[in-house]
Amino acid sequence: MSGAVVPAIRIQREDFDVAAEIAGLTRGRADIGAVVTFSGLCRDEQGALSALELEHYPGMAEAEIGRIAAEAVERWPLQGLTVIHRHGKIAPGENIVLVVAASSHRQAAFEAANFLMDYLKSRAPFWKKEHLADGSQGGWVEAKEADDHAADRWTKPRE
Amino acid sequence: MSTKLIYFAWVRERIGKPDEEVELPSEIETVADLLRWLKSRGEEYENALQYPDVIRVAINQEHVGHREKIAGAREIALFPPMTGG
Repeated sequence: MSGAVVPAIRIQREDFDVAAEIAGLTRGRADIGAVVTFSGLCRDEQGALSALELEHYPGMAEAEIGRIAAEAVERWPLQGLTVIHRHGKIAPGENIVLVVAASSHRQAAFEAANFLMDYLKSRAPFWKKEHLADGSQGGWVEAKEADDHAADRWTKPRE
Repeated sequence: MSTKLIYFAWVRERIGKPDEEVELPSEIETVADLLRWLKSRGEEYENALQYPDVIRVAINQEHVGHREKIAGAREIALFPPMTGG
């Protein structure tokens, strides 16, 4: 492995194609043995939600995800890493976020994808506002303490 | 030297603007000092920064703690805990 993996980071309004993103990492290569993909979708909260509006901090969103991705590349032997985060108005059932981690073996790919998502949740500058199905504007989604704890576990010595 | 302040999510809504240029008084050294000073600038700021502990801050697009010095900051962003992913 060359060790010179440059993560692909995209912050965009448009949807993404999960299969195309996986193919983009693996096409023409015979050294990748594992690809772990996580996609996060917008839920309708039992019909209560008509959309989520994602606000982001342009510039910092790319920079912060870049920092998290660089740490993942340092920590695990990855052969490819793609992170896409959407912003703007997103309807239930639509994609919000994608992490694709490729490695020789599954463990590194699983752990890196997991690490990326835990850190994205608590450190990437995005905020979700709810639009309700009855036409009214809902509130801002509150951060969950559990997400902070999920990120903290990566700073503790691993078993 | 003026500093650009940027607000996001409910901090932006409560303050009523997305950003502004301010001249910071020289006695403001840390992020905590800045939050205290901003809070005294009017009802909308008081409302947005009522609980300063929950406010997250980035200087020049990097996360910082409330004890961080702000000398030389071009851009300081204030926002609620993040809910991406």
